[in-house]
Amino acid sequence: MLFSVIGHYSLIVGLFFGLVLVYFSAKNFRNPKQLDTKILSFTFLQFFLVVISFLCLVSSFVISDFSNETVFNNSHTTKPLFYKIAGTWGNHEGSLLLWLLVLTLFILIFLVRTKNQPNKYRILTLVFQQIIIIGFFVFLIKTSNPFNYIYPIPTEGLGLNPILQDPALAIHPPILYLGYVGSSIIFSSVLAATTLNFVSKKWASHIKKWALSSWIFLTLGILLGSIWAYYELGWGGFWFWDPVENVSLMPWLALTTLLHCILVLEKKLILTSWVIILSISTFALSMSGTFLVRSGILNSVHTFANDPERGLFILIFLFSLIFLSLFIFFFFHKTSKNNLVSFFWLSKETAIIINNWFMMYFLSVVLIGTIYPIFLDVLSSQKISVGPPFYHKLIIPFLIPFLLIMAIGPKLKWIKSNLDNRIYLISLLIVSILLSILIVKNFSSNFLINTILISSALYLFFITLRDFFNKKFKNLAQNTAHFGFSLLILSILFNSLFSSEIITNLKVGETYENTKAKIVFESISQKEEKNYKSIIGNFIVQDSKGKIENLSPELRIYNQPNIATSEADIKTTLLSDKFMVINIVQNQDFFNVRYQVKPFMLWIWLSVILISFGGMMSFVKKEYEK
Amino acid sequence: MYGRKVKLRFLFVVLVLITLILTAFLVLKSLEENVVYFQSPSEIKALSELDKKKIRVGGMVKKNSISVNSSEINFIITDFKNEINVIYKGSVPNLFEEEKGVVAEGFLKDRNFFSATKILAKHDENYMPPEVKEALGEK
Repeated sequence: MLFSVIGHYSLIVGLFFGLVLVYFSAKNFRNPKQLDTKILSFTFLQFFLVVISFLCLVSSFVISDFSNETVFNNSHTTKPLFYKIAGTWGNHEGSLLLWLLVLTLFILIFLVRTKNQPNKYRILTLVFQQIIIIGFFVFLIKTSNPFNYIYPIPTEGLGLNPILQDPALAIHPPILYLGYVGSSIIFSSVLAATTLNFVSKKWASHIKKWALSSWIFLTLGILLGSIWAYYELGWGGFWFWDPVENVSLMPWLALTTLLHCILVLEKKLILTSWVIILSISTFALSMSGTFLVRSGILNSVHTFANDPERGLFILIFLFSLIFLSLFIFFFFHKTSKNNLVSFFWLSKETAIIINNWFMMYFLSVVLIGTIYPIFLDVLSSQKISVGPPFYHKLIIPFLIPFLLIMAIGPKLKWIKSNLDNRIYLISLLIVSILLSILIVKNFSSNFLINTILISSALYLFFITLRDFFNKKFKNLAQNTAHFGFSLLILSILFNSLFSSEIITNLKVGETYENTKAKIVFESISQKEEKNYKSIIGNFIVQDSKGKIENLSPELRIYNQPNIATSEADIKTTLLSDKFMVINIVQNQDFFNVRYQVKPFMLWIWLSVILISFGGMMSFVKKEYEK
Repeated sequence: MYGRKVKLRFLFVVLVLITLILTAFLVLKSLEENVVYFQSPSEIKALSELDKKKIRVGGMVKKNSISVNSSEINFIITDFKNEINVIYKGSVPNLFEEEKGVVAEGFLKDRNFFSATKILAKHDENYMPPEVKEALGEK
């Protein structure tokens, strides 16, 4: 009770401080010799208040204070402490509070870390960021207050959706939000820089760090969500092209493009308008990501029952932000005239621009696939869904030139270049093609496209691998990330080509056998935990080589809410995963069994970690050089 | 020099246009081929012609209709006006239960039989797919 009161009033005071900050900034802006110390202290106070408010919500969850509506809806006394805490952001209200927390944290860090930048620019960035922050404060207090009371006070809560009671998903939202919200700083700073005509090489190298850090978090956040979907949803895949997944992929694509453009901008003052547009779209996509997931508009397997009215607020807010930024872009942005653009077709920037093109294409494909069903529903009330074939067909063919340019591009110099070592580049290409023919040979369907795809991925793989040992080639961070990407594509390709699956219904004691494997359903055992009961199936699987593996997938039946979840049993080795999941079919003795052998699963995760590690290296390197 | 710049701009605009047109063309064409329509059992009954394309059927799983053997799961989807038999080989989601909402994806064999290739999972016990809610009307 007490915590709710403190939390609620901290939010209101925080909103008030936001308005105070805008006022002080306006005053300071006219006389920008020195940054008003009041600005810094109020920013800190605002952050501090949101921290208090957030901690109050966490405490309400920890002590199971069911007079708080959010806690009542999403918690239960028997839940383990870890999930009580994680439950704080496992719901709409709490996750928005987390957004706000990160928003205020980032602007504080921004102000502290930009002492050597012009004050006008710092103040203006603060103002734009405060507009976003105030918007979120109002949204939180008006439509989704995490501190609403219920009276009479219920004795027990409704519990957290069991599918969310998982370590990966407990840390997934905070990591993802760090990435999403990081783009808000880029957004504010771009708007400020455009207004002041400050978009310069110096600005680029400073904003690059922000782009890098949010890119790293976004990458890791998507990875966590994907790993969770792999073992929790029981489909044995890692990406389903589901709308909710797509909305996190879209900002990632935009941000990756932005990152590369900033690199170009840092070296040569070109592409400024492009950088501005990309920054705006990255943030717009991040925000609409939150909006689409939380509003319940998307028809997705991940959708949780939700209140669509909240969506309207975010939508209006989002559109006014986009309108504001477009206004600034068109009226303040001046293309520098004295900078003559001289393009030569064979140069690093051309390679980057071409791949930017492809990234934008991928982005539009994902965007259309995600929102087209919504539009069609609104316009003609026809219900449709767009599945994986759509995305595969449109994206995969274009990966081939994309990968090749990714391999060659970094070899080129800025402005104008020749291809050195042509013989070595061509011989590596031939090796890759031969190798992929060998790999795909036994696989009959789609021989041509698979061979070309694998060759181009292998090509990137070999080139980046060799560059690790090339002393002349210094850009280790970029090379690591690109190497990781080639590894990711290769693992995904091998994974989809060589996966095998058996689905059958078995009773206890029965055996399933085909040419590939023999599955024996030995027995079931039961286990009772604090907040769930579990049924464990014990299986013995023998593959065609006679290798025996014990797998014991689990079926959990949670008591509050009363939901069953399947916990897959996964035996991971370096080269492949053995994956088994069971499900009970109502009123029947049969268990629905799904057994999959998934090669290179581990490498998909590892390569994404490697990609983000490349980002981290670049982040640290810049620090170091300064 | 000025002429070169104009030429470059022109080339750029042309490239943008070509990409846009190409993208639009590719996307629309493959949308046409890969979109999956949603239909309720009543809508299927009313079909004048059977579609060969993949569709989704949604409604409630009828009480006492689930039966399982070692290779198949059979059940009936109903929207309380009409119903359709579903034959399914594959794995079922956790929330697949009688008298709960379900969405099945697959192909129509005739107006009474549907061969499903996928049954969609939902995360939330109270959640009902919007299509199902609509298909069931006020129920």
